[in-house]
Formats: sequence, C-alpha cells, structure tokens
Amino acid sequence: MTPLPHSHLWLAALLGAMLASGPALAVEPDEILPDAALEARARAISSGLRCLVCQNQSIDDSNAPLARDLRLLVRERLKAGDSDQAVMRFVEDRYGEFVLLRPELNAHTVVLWLAPLLVLIGAITVGIRALARRASQTAGSPSLTTVEEEKLRALLAEKDAAGD
Amino acid sequence: MIVELGHFALVLALLVAVFQMVVPAWGAYVRDRELMATAEPAALCQLGLLLVAFLSLINAHVTSDFSVANVVANSHSTKPLIYRIAGVWGNHEGSMVLWVLILALFGGAVAAFGRNLPPSLKANVLAVQASIAVAFCLFILLTSNPFLRVDPPPADGNGLNPILQDPALAFHPPFLYTGYVGFSIAYSFAIAALIEGRLDPAWARWVRPWTLLAWMCLTIGIAMGSWWAYYELGWGGWWFWDPVENASFMPWLAGTALLHSSLVMEKRDALKVWTILLAIVTFSLSLMGTFLVRSGVLTSVHAFAVDPRRGVFILAIMTMFTGGGLALYAWRARDLRQGGLFAPISREGALVLNNILLTTACATVLIGTLYPLLLEALTGAKISVGPPYFNMTFGPLMVPLLLALPFGPLLAWKRGDLLGAAQRLMLAGLLAVVVLAMALAGLRRGPILAPFGLALGVFVMVGAVSDLAYRARLGSVPLEEAWRRLKGQPRSAFGSALAHFGAGLLVVGVVATSAYREELILVMQPGEETKIAGYTLAFRGVAPATGPNYRETVGLFDVSRGGEAVTRLEPSKRIYDVPPQPTTEAGIHAAWRGDLYVVLGDAQTGGGFAVRIFFNPLVRCIWIGALLMFFAGAISLSDRRLRVGAPGRARRLLNAAPAE
Repeated sequence: MTPLPHSHLWLAALLGAMLASGPALAVEPDEILPDAALEARARAISSGLRCLVCQNQSIDDSNAPLARDLRLLVRERLKAGDSDQAVMRFVEDRYGEFVLLRPELNAHTVVLWLAPLLVLIGAITVGIRALARRASQTAGSPSLTTVEEEKLRALLAEKDAAGD
Repeated sequence: MIVELGHFALVLALLVAVFQMVVPAWGAYVRDRELMATAEPAALCQLGLLLVAFLSLINAHVTSDFSVANVVANSHSTKPLIYRIAGVWGNHEGSMVLWVLILALFGGAVAAFGRNLPPSLKANVLAVQASIAVAFCLFILLTSNPFLRVDPPPADGNGLNPILQDPALAFHPPFLYTGYVGFSIAYSFAIAALIEGRLDPAWARWVRPWTLLAWMCLTIGIAMGSWWAYYELGWGGWWFWDPVENASFMPWLAGTALLHSSLVMEKRDALKVWTILLAIVTFSLSLMGTFLVRSGVLTSVHAFAVDPRRGVFILAIMTMFTGGGLALYAWRARDLRQGGLFAPISREGALVLNNILLTTACATVLIGTLYPLLLEALTGAKISVGPPYFNMTFGPLMVPLLLALPFGPLLAWKRGDLLGAAQRLMLAGLLAVVVLAMALAGLRRGPILAPFGLALGVFVMVGAVSDLAYRARLGSVPLEEAWRRLKGQPRSAFGSALAHFGAGLLVVGVVATSAYREELILVMQPGEETKIAGYTLAFRGVAPATGPNYRETVGLFDVSRGGEAVTRLEPSKRIYDVPPQPTTEAGIHAAWRGDLYVVLGDAQTGGGFAVRIFFNPLVRCIWIGALLMFFAGAISLSDRRLRVGAPGRARRLLNAAPAE
C-alpha cells in the first residue's frame, strides 16, 4: 500500500475520530505496560487528556492514531520515571491547555471554577430571603376574584372527595 | 408530486401559524370572543398541514425517491424499512420538521382538550405556541428545506451513518423532541400569564401534566441515548458529559425542578412567580439544546449539521424567545402576587431546597458547557471542560439533594415535623448503614467515596418505600387496614414514590459501575481462555457473516461460570456497504449483578485478535432506574386529578360550572 499524502492521513484520522467506533479498541494490548501499577497510572492520566483530533473524547477512549501516539508518549514518560504531574505538564507544554480535560485553575478559568459555588450561594440566599419574607408576612391574600374563589373551593371539595 | 404537496403544506402551515399568532392574541387584547376562538381551528389546521408535510417526507424516504436531495443525502435503497423511516428524523432537515410537528401536536392538544380554559388564556397560549411555530417553519423553509429536488436524480443514495442505524437511536429523537417541545406548553402558559398579568387557577393544573409528559419523554429519550452509546460505541461508557448530552440534560434538570415547583404552585398556591421563571428557563434550555446540536457550534459525535447560517438563525430564534420571555418576566412578574405561607421545615421548604440544588446543578452544567465556547470567542484561548470538571462540581451538588430527597414527601405541607420524618426514615438509614459497612468491608478496591454513594442510593430507594409504608400506616394498623389504606392512595403518591425509587436505583447503578468496573485488554488466540469477574471466556475463533446491508467478522466466545455454560457471545466488527464505514458491535451478557461486555478488536500480526472485555457491575440499574421514572410519570399522569385536560373531564367540569 502506498502511503497516503499527509493531508489525507489527517482526514482519515478525523473521520476515524468522528465515527467514534472504528474497528480498533482504543487502548491496544501491545500498548499495555507490564508493570500494573505504572499501567494504572497511565490509564488515569490518559483519561484526563483530550484526543485533539476527536470530538470530545479522552485519548483513553479514542481509536484515533494520534490518541495512540499520545498514549504511547504518556507511557514512555512514565517509564522514564516522570511523576503524574510531570507527564501532564509535558503533554500540556506540547499541545496546549486544550489537551487537559480538567481545566487548570488560572486567570482564564477562575470564573469557571468559582461559578458553581457562586450560583449555589446566590440560590441559597434567594431561597432563604424568600422563606424569611414568607415567614414574616402576616397573611397572604390570593389574587383571585370571588367567582374564582368559589370555583377553587368547589374544585378542592371535589379533590377531597376523591380522597387525597 | 407528493413531495411538492408536502412542501406546499409546510408553507401553508407557516401562513396558518402567522394567522394564529396574530389574530387570537389581538382578540384577547380587544376582548373579542370571535377572534379569540379562531385560535382553536387554526391550531388544528396547522397540525393537519404539518402532518401532511411530515407524512409526505416519510413517503419520499420509504419509496426511496432519489429526486429529493434529503433522501439522496441520508438514505439508500438497501436500507431496512424501519431505518428508512427513522432516517427521516436522523438528519437535520427532517428532524426539524418532526420538531414543528410535535410543537403543533401540543398546540393541537391545547386546542382540542382545553375547553375548560378561560378563552383569553387559551387564545394567548395558542398565539405564543404559534409564534414558536412561525420561527421554526421559517427556519426550515429558509435554511433547512427537506423538500428540495435534485436534477438529475442519482441512481442511489449516500446512506445513513451506520452507527445511527440502531433501534434505540431510531426512537431516541422523537422522545427527546417530545420532551424538548413539550416544555413549550409550560412556556406558552407562562408567557400568556405574563401578558394577561394574572395567574389563573387553571394555570398550574394545566402546566403540571404537560410538564410531566414532557419530562417523561425527555427522561426516556436521554436514557435511550445513553443506552445506545453504551452498547454501540464500544467502550462501555454510558455518559460522557459530551456537550450534546449536556444539551438534553440541562432541560431535564430544569424540567425536574419545574415539575416540583409546579407541585407547590398547584397544591399551595405558592412559588408562582418562580414557577413562571422556571417555565421560561426550561423551554429556553430546550431551545438552546436545539441550537447547540443543530448549529454545529459544538464539535461532537452527534452534531451533524455544520452550517453557520443555520446557527445564526437558531441563535436569533433563541434570543427572541429567551430574551423576550425574560424581558416580559422582568416587566410583568411584579404584578403577579405571591401567595401561600409556609415554614422553612415543610414540604414546600423541601421543594424549595430541591429547586435550589437542581437549578444550581443545571447552571453548573450550563457553565461547563458554554464556558469554552465563550472563552474562545472572547479571548481566543482554547480550553477543554471535560468529565473531571462535571464530576467535581455536579457530583457534590447531588449529595445534599439525595440526602434530603426522602425527607420531602414525609414532611407535611405548611409546617413539617423533621424529627418525625427522620423517625420514619430509620429503616432506610439503617439499611444504608448496613450497605455502607458491607461495601467498606467487602469491596477492597475502588474509590473510598464509592461505598457512601451506594449507601446514599439505598437510602433514597428504601426511603421511597418508607413513604408509601407510612402513608398506609403500616405497622400501626392491622395489615388488611394498611393494605386498604395503600390502595386508597392517589396514583400520584405511587408515582412520586416510584420515581424516587428509580432515582435511587440509578444512583446505585452509576456508583457501582463507575467505581467497580473490571477490564481486560489482551490478545487472544483461538482456543485460549481468560477469566473476569467469575466468568471464564473461551475464544473459539472468528467467522465471517453478512447482514442486509453490511458484512461482518464475528468473534465467538463461549462463556461459562463455575464450569457451567452461560452463553455464547458474538461481538463483531462490521463494514457497512453504503457508506462503507466500520463499526463494532459489542457482545453483551446481561445479568443481575452486572454486564459482561466483549469487544472484538483487530487481527494481530502475530496471530490472534485484540479483545477488550469489561465487567460492568449493576450497570442495568441506570436504565431500569430511568425506566421506572418514566413509568412513575405515567402513573402520576393517569391520576384522575391531573387529567383536567381530558375531554370527558372537561365536559363534566363545563356542565358542573355555572355559565359565565
């Protein structure tokens, strides 16, 4: 088989990635490190790294050739004695922040990480204030006309009759 | 000819929708009953026309009419009939037609069953529904028309992406869209209430069943998508926090909150203004789901329409309905009076907590999904927000929600007794602690938090049963009396207990399969054996096979357990004829304790095949849990008190009420 021109290879990789279920298995048997502890670390690291030619997949889940290259790279670095953080940094230095599925806390992402907490605090504040307001109110007058009141009473009576 | 008929019907439907948007609303404004009453026939007419359009498109696909561009692009003459039909909504244009058809179905249902609604409310609701229809019909006709012809017609079509050729996926979009679009009813009622400046008592009684129906369909739609991903994508995952999944999950979270807050509104006349806001938000998130998937703004497995023109159009629609809705809310909500007093410790209070946590969870998913897009648009920086982010933010929010969940139904309205509720949950707590102790002692691997997750799921499940037991006074009255009381409970009580039980089961499945999954990746020679989770798998080799429109290589695995044959698994690698794409079909053996999941890989140069084997413990609980939630919704919906929309009931009401 004659080698594909480079651009076609890229296209093939993209296509394979889009399919998400090519014939391959993502992690292939020949990639697996004999040292089980090291392999477990490699798997944990690769599930946190994004496959760059895929659509939202980690390299651990992807069949794309580039993902395989990255998996092999991660394992090489681990064999060379790098710590998990060092491997992550090594990959990030080469491929950019985009490769990290768990965004780092930095100026770009501080809003991202703080937002859920702020929303929660906001929601609790609104909830407590509403509860407090309700508790302090003496009587709530429903905004119904007399006719509607009558109808509502009839409905409720019917509901009670149905056995609530 | 039939295709032109469908095209024409779609244009007519647009015109009818324009009429329905303007005339009844004007009628409501000038209090002209005749004009208001036009909404009803207009809605039914619009429904009929869209049905014609949709059926003619189905006809084109079924008869493989390759003079239609949409059929050429998405179908093939060798495709089995069911996938030719499902192919109609398996593509962008066709799915949009389905979208407006479902919208018209809901509008038609309001027109047909809403005879007990005040005329002005009904006119406004149908006008708002029609405005959505106008926007989407225009979108279809201007940017995504499925009725365009090609000349000269090709001999055959391009086929449907084979990974989409699957029964679960065939019915995934209709359910999902019924869910999305169903929330339009809640939206239209909310907007109509804001336009009128008052909340009719009919409001909550109407909104809740329709929200429930939408929520049920969305639940089962999402579950089907997850189920499909699990067995079709070949790596045994069931949820990926993919933006497209998030797009359907956000309306589900908001819809779940809406379901609970509308309960407070219906029973206690409280949280009215909040429920209106939630109705607007929920449908806006549904629109955003459509936008995210259809615009191609996300690059992900599901997003198959990549065309910025469409994106801008849907963004405009979204801005109009979300922005318009929220602006109207900001302007008019103050006119709606709050009602219904309650203490913090009460059923209402518990439901407020539910809403706080669910909306925060929804906001978290929203932020995580949109943040990378916004950051790139604003600064050009590219970051990824993947599963680790969502697990770290969404996960912790679920813990208090699940802990508080069993207490909610046990608290009384207005003022509840927390201590009493806790006493009734003693058994649930006890069983949860037993599970926790057993998991901590028995399962020596997996994350340390996993046993707590399992215990939490069990707490929710037993708590749901305790709720029913308490309602039946089980233990404090004789057994027959308890049985009689149980039978006397309204169906909605069973519905909520079953839904909560399903939620607990889902949690157990999620935790068990995420934390305790086993995996083997190896090369197997024919005749070789391997062991996983108590099973022995003997690889017997591979055999070629052909299907209706594919060829495949099937791996044969004899599975035994303790020397006894269990099953034969036949995972395969397929190549479809048109388009020639490879897929993997996993071999799955489902049992109560978990799934054995085998994927066949490539032939190795040294002989043998690469094989990936998983054991996914209790993974079925995830979908069974979702299925229970669906049926729970159906049980609640069958409760007589909720069927205010049913014609028979409406007539009775009309007869009972004095003429106005």
